[in-house]
Amino acid sequence: MDLAYTPRQKAFREEVRAWLAANLPREPLASYDTREGFEQHREWERKLFDARLSMVIWPEALGGRGCDLIEWLIFEEEYYGAGAPMRVNQNGQLLLGPTLIEFGTEAQKARFLPRMASSEDMWAQGWSEPNAGSDMAAITSKAILSADGTHYVVNGQKTWSTRASFADWLFGLFRSDPASSRHHGLSYLAVPLDAPGVTIRPIQALNGKQAFAEIFFDDVKVPVDNRIGDEGQGWHVAMATAGFERGLLLRSPARFQYTARRLVELYKANREVADRDPSIRDAVIEAWTGTEAYALSAYHTVGRLAKGARIGAEASTNKIYWSELDLKMHETAMRILGPFAELTGDAPEAVEAARWLDGFLFAQAGPIYAGTNEIQRNIIAERMLGLPK
Amino acid sequence: MDFTFTDDQLTFREAVSRFLMTEAAPERLREIWDTDTGRSPELRKNIAEQGLTALSVPEDCGGLGMDDVAWALMTQELGYYALPDSLADAAYVAAGLITALPVGTASREEWLSRIAEGSIRIAVGHPVNPLVADANPADLLLLAHGDEVHAVLRDQIEVEANASIDLSRRLARVRWTPATATLIADGEAGRVLWAQTLNRGALSTAGQLLGLAQRMLDLSVDYVAQRKQFGKPIGSFQAVKHHLADVATKIEFAKPVLYRAAYALAHGEAGADARVSHAKLACGEAAWLAARHGIQVHGAMGYTWEVDLQMFMKRAWALDASWGDRGFHKARVADAILVEGAALGPGHTFEE
Repeated sequence: MDLAYTPRQKAFREEVRAWLAANLPREPLASYDTREGFEQHREWERKLFDARLSMVIWPEALGGRGCDLIEWLIFEEEYYGAGAPMRVNQNGQLLLGPTLIEFGTEAQKARFLPRMASSEDMWAQGWSEPNAGSDMAAITSKAILSADGTHYVVNGQKTWSTRASFADWLFGLFRSDPASSRHHGLSYLAVPLDAPGVTIRPIQALNGKQAFAEIFFDDVKVPVDNRIGDEGQGWHVAMATAGFERGLLLRSPARFQYTARRLVELYKANREVADRDPSIRDAVIEAWTGTEAYALSAYHTVGRLAKGARIGAEASTNKIYWSELDLKMHETAMRILGPFAELTGDAPEAVEAARWLDGFLFAQAGPIYAGTNEIQRNIIAERMLGLPK
Repeated sequence: MDFTFTDDQLTFREAVSRFLMTEAAPERLREIWDTDTGRSPELRKNIAEQGLTALSVPEDCGGLGMDDVAWALMTQELGYYALPDSLADAAYVAAGLITALPVGTASREEWLSRIAEGSIRIAVGHPVNPLVADANPADLLLLAHGDEVHAVLRDQIEVEANASIDLSRRLARVRWTPATATLIADGEAGRVLWAQTLNRGALSTAGQLLGLAQRMLDLSVDYVAQRKQFGKPIGSFQAVKHHLADVATKIEFAKPVLYRAAYALAHGEAGADARVSHAKLACGEAAWLAARHGIQVHGAMGYTWEVDLQMFMKRAWALDASWGDRGFHKARVADAILVEGAALGPGHTFEE
């Protein structure tokens, strides 16, 4: 155990800090759940990419920087610590990206990854269907291989696809063997959203914006080269993606530590009002302890990975932990803000309050997306503790 | 930056676990509970023979010179087996205080050598604990008079036993008279010593609480996998699974907090107080949840004397408020994070 950063790690931190100080947008970007904000975020991603800071853990040849996971944690600390914009293409970069690196052909990696790192291609997910939510193996959308074997013909419907209204591509699971059931006979495909036969219908989310969409496929032709992994092996490939998602990559500790710091500041600035309810002080303390615990767990996990360990079902404890912590912190902020908490961004008296409200609304989704926390608890019980199905 | 243990440290932990598995099996625990003293000279002798009393005694006094990080692993094993012995009080907490006395302080080297060989029982009367654990069987007591530290022999004190629900804990009110002859550190030096001692005591307790939490989880998993209702193991029901998944999650996120605190203590970091208090809180909460959910999934069996769970629950309930209760430790965390200019947020987990 040696908890000092190396000179190289310190230099990297300084470099990232200096670059962010010089390049952060002067004004906050518009919400990436709007077309305007989405494109602003795309421009920001391009800027990051040009500085080789978009996907620091990817190999240089694929648009990354070849950093190890400790350096990635350092990058995240500087990035979120500086209050930099949310990452609009994270579903592609953090979920499909690692899957392609593990399962993609060399041609697929070269074709998709650099454009994903630069956000020239923006990616949406295609898992859930109207009758396949927590029970993802109930997927019925079909992808039938053409007689000449050159392409799949895709029919069906996907839903809850984040920012699909604005995205360029979709990745997800389709039933390629119509006689199959459950997790057999599924294939993992990348589908261009401008292909003929694709219809996107936005779904207005809790925040009033087009945060997600449902997608209809009507005889959509998808080249066979767009299949990731072997035919019928989609479930196996998707489970690897789910592992990454629940694990560390999607939710590094830094963004929650940043929220905790803001919460402590909010509490200090409003202490007279807040202390009328003594439980608020406790909740503020728990924001710091909770986010520190999450950061410490990340460093511990990264250290074990470097020594050859694999992340197993304990990834599910991560998902539960960060989503419930994030919710608790935002609830606490709402309680401190009291009658100002409900004010939206355009209300004359709302400034900081509106940012907390946005975060509060989004935090409601945390325990639901990426596999509900009930599903995560089942996974922990069955795969980590070995309890019977 | 490497926040993991070495193979040697992990091997050491496994060896301790194997040793305690037989020496401190639940049936042994029950036998020792039934004795008047609550302590087994034979058990202490075996512990000393394994070298466990010598862990943190400096090498020039016959010890192994291990640091707080090693104790973060060791104390988890002490908790996991609910060891009915105050080993950590003498071999870690008292050894740390005595080691910190200036070299040449009367009896310093003698006490350390005797701790290492396992021939002395030392009780520590820190002001944060109103009652002294193991005062009765102690050979020597380290007691506070204001900030002063006094080393007092057993025959110089009066002891009034206070029974605990955890029969492994033997608590007493100690009455004694400070004298020049018993003084080993004056108020100025003592203030520092007692502060360090508090952190070691709290870290030791935190480690034991985490070990207890893991043991209660393991016992509960075994029970719900075997017990059948409605024709299947109750562990197959989601309501039961989720109780235990919550315990597993609490434990998972308490571990690295304990390790960070141990490192802070071993390296004398300025922020060590808050790190140790965080560890005490996180491990205490994990242990209490493991107890609450543990008894729930055991059903009525969990409420009996017969089932082993009770011994671990009682230790967890007792240790939670030992070496500072939750209010005490929350206040220390609050002091650290609410102070003007506190280094909080991303990038301050390892550097201040």
